[in-house]
Amino acid sequence: MSGKTLYDKLWDAHLVRQDEGGMALIYIDRHLIHEVTSPQAFEGLRLAGRKPWRTDSILAVPDHNVPTTDRSLGISDPVSRLQVETLDQNCAELGITEFLMNDPRQGIVHVIGPEQGATLPGMTVVCGDSHTSTHGAFGALAFGIGTSDVEHVLATQCLILKKSGNLEIRVDGQLAPGVSAKDVVLAIIGKIGTAGGTGFAIEFSGSTLRSLSMEGRMTVCNMAIEAGARSGMVAVDDTTINYLAGRPYAPKGELWDLAIKSWKALHSDPDASFDRSVSLDASTIPPQVTWGTSPEMVVSIDQVVPDPDNETDSVKREGMRKALAYMDLKPGTPITDIRPDHVFIGSCTNARIEDLRAAAAAIRGRKIARGIKQALVVPGSGLVKRQAEAEGLDKIFTDAGFEWREPGCSMCLAMNADRLAPGDRCASTSNRNFEGRQGQGGRTHLVSPAMAAAAAVTGHFTDTRREQA
Amino acid sequence: MIKIDKHHGIVMPLDRHNVDTDAIIPKQFLKSIKRSGFGHNLFDEWRYHDHGEPGMDPASRKKNPDFVLNQPRYEGASILLGRHNFGCGSSREHAVWALIDHGFRVVIAPSFADIFYNNARKNGLLCIVLDEDLVDLLFREVTQNPGYRILVDLPTQQIVLPNRHTIAFDIDPFHKECHIRGLDDIGLTLEHATEIRAFEEKRRQTAPWLFNN
Repeated sequence: MSGKTLYDKLWDAHLVRQDEGGMALIYIDRHLIHEVTSPQAFEGLRLAGRKPWRTDSILAVPDHNVPTTDRSLGISDPVSRLQVETLDQNCAELGITEFLMNDPRQGIVHVIGPEQGATLPGMTVVCGDSHTSTHGAFGALAFGIGTSDVEHVLATQCLILKKSGNLEIRVDGQLAPGVSAKDVVLAIIGKIGTAGGTGFAIEFSGSTLRSLSMEGRMTVCNMAIEAGARSGMVAVDDTTINYLAGRPYAPKGELWDLAIKSWKALHSDPDASFDRSVSLDASTIPPQVTWGTSPEMVVSIDQVVPDPDNETDSVKREGMRKALAYMDLKPGTPITDIRPDHVFIGSCTNARIEDLRAAAAAIRGRKIARGIKQALVVPGSGLVKRQAEAEGLDKIFTDAGFEWREPGCSMCLAMNADRLAPGDRCASTSNRNFEGRQGQGGRTHLVSPAMAAAAAVTGHFTDTRREQA
Repeated sequence: MIKIDKHHGIVMPLDRHNVDTDAIIPKQFLKSIKRSGFGHNLFDEWRYHDHGEPGMDPASRKKNPDFVLNQPRYEGASILLGRHNFGCGSSREHAVWALIDHGFRVVIAPSFADIFYNNARKNGLLCIVLDEDLVDLLFREVTQNPGYRILVDLPTQQIVLPNRHTIAFDIDPFHKECHIRGLDDIGLTLEHATEIRAFEEKRRQTAPWLFNN
């Protein structure tokens, strides 16, 4: 009998019951909640006369709608305000722990979960947000759900699921200086496509992943959904355990020792078999830049905008043409000739302290280029912001001409006031370059924090490997 | 959720790969705390030339006549024909609510994003996966024949074309039953409440640090 994958182990450990048809009832340990995908779930619960099954499994935070400018006066948009107030009311009424907008621990839900130690190895973690895959970096089974499932978890502490396939993505070798976890995951998506992981749970493995920090691993797992997989995960090792030690929600004392023992088994067995395996050589990955309107439309910094005429599939070719028209780019243009006029450093992909350090290092005392209309840094949480300020990073950014903001999702999806105008072109550390994602008519190029910062100071996309040299 | 067993309706083609949920319902409309009222803003950025905000009167908006949803031949369409990786991106269930609110009952595509597929099932929007060549055939038929209608017969798992040809499709038996009976998942799960409690108690013993807050 062959061994189990990490995903198999996590699945089996949460299996409440299995039906003959393949549907399973899976127990949920941690439920993260934000203001956008929860109000209808709470309303549904109330209308059915149900109560939350286990409020101590829930942690709530407003992040999508919150302003990133001065918050002392509250939220000016009445529709956004109502949504945040609805979350506050639901949590207060039901006794759910919530970090309110002005709590220093507030931030993007996928940043604060790990930061607080509320995300732990071996857990099932869900949230009404597709980037919940982030938490898989801890050897957890973590995935995004819709609002009906938010209500389902509230009411039953379980989800009805069908087991996914096992996909291993192995990355070995040493990354070049100036190349980061973001480039790795963009290269993976470029290789397997945005539907390459559909129907699979991805385990990211290999020496490159092992050498990444927890924050780097979170960046990789965060974008598993952009490769089509609801969940991405990394096996537990000392890096995982060291990161969690002493975090507010992490176990302490005897429980900590007990937990560590159990966490050490959270890896795929050596003889486990995967339904599909993909491997990449990290040493050959250059910094990545997306050119189109899907994360799979990505090339290396030293390449040019591709030509649809070279695409044989007619629907794909038409898709490329539409993307180029939307992005106002011509085939054959060197990526280094593309000049963004906006820079956004933030999001659940890249707004942690190491991301801000990498961006600040790429600025190195320079000023943002003349063509940059706006450059934003939006820390992932209040605690990340505080840490960055203690290190003087805020000063590096503001001296260069960046705006230093309050934490939230901000311009990643532009639900608050931070957004692109039609035709604006943005170097963004976020996760989606869909049409209109950062504001109607806005054009997004996904890059790493160092690449975004380098573009800000040079005025065009710049190879961060050379910057490092 | 809406029940569906047999459905006869006009087909609207949307000839793009990777139609994402941001395109299906843009973010500014997610601020609503209701489940209804999203239909007017379905595909908002493709459908209108002007920028949409919540609360705008749809009659006063500038429609894009080139977009399929605005073409008279597809008026009243209830079956959406899509391409590869339909519904990718954000987990927003508002995308499904918007499609249903507009009047769609069925989406046919070669593949769906997992979260979208699941959200659709929970609301009674039937997603049918067909091979790429069959989807191609339907695209040809629908573009060549104005008013093209098909019959989706879920109990027999067949699509009946106007020429009486049939296309068989697969669907998970559990999903099929949920669609036909309009089953409420929560009700189904709560039938196993005793098992859930027993599992939870066992977990409390083996992993007590998870019950420590």
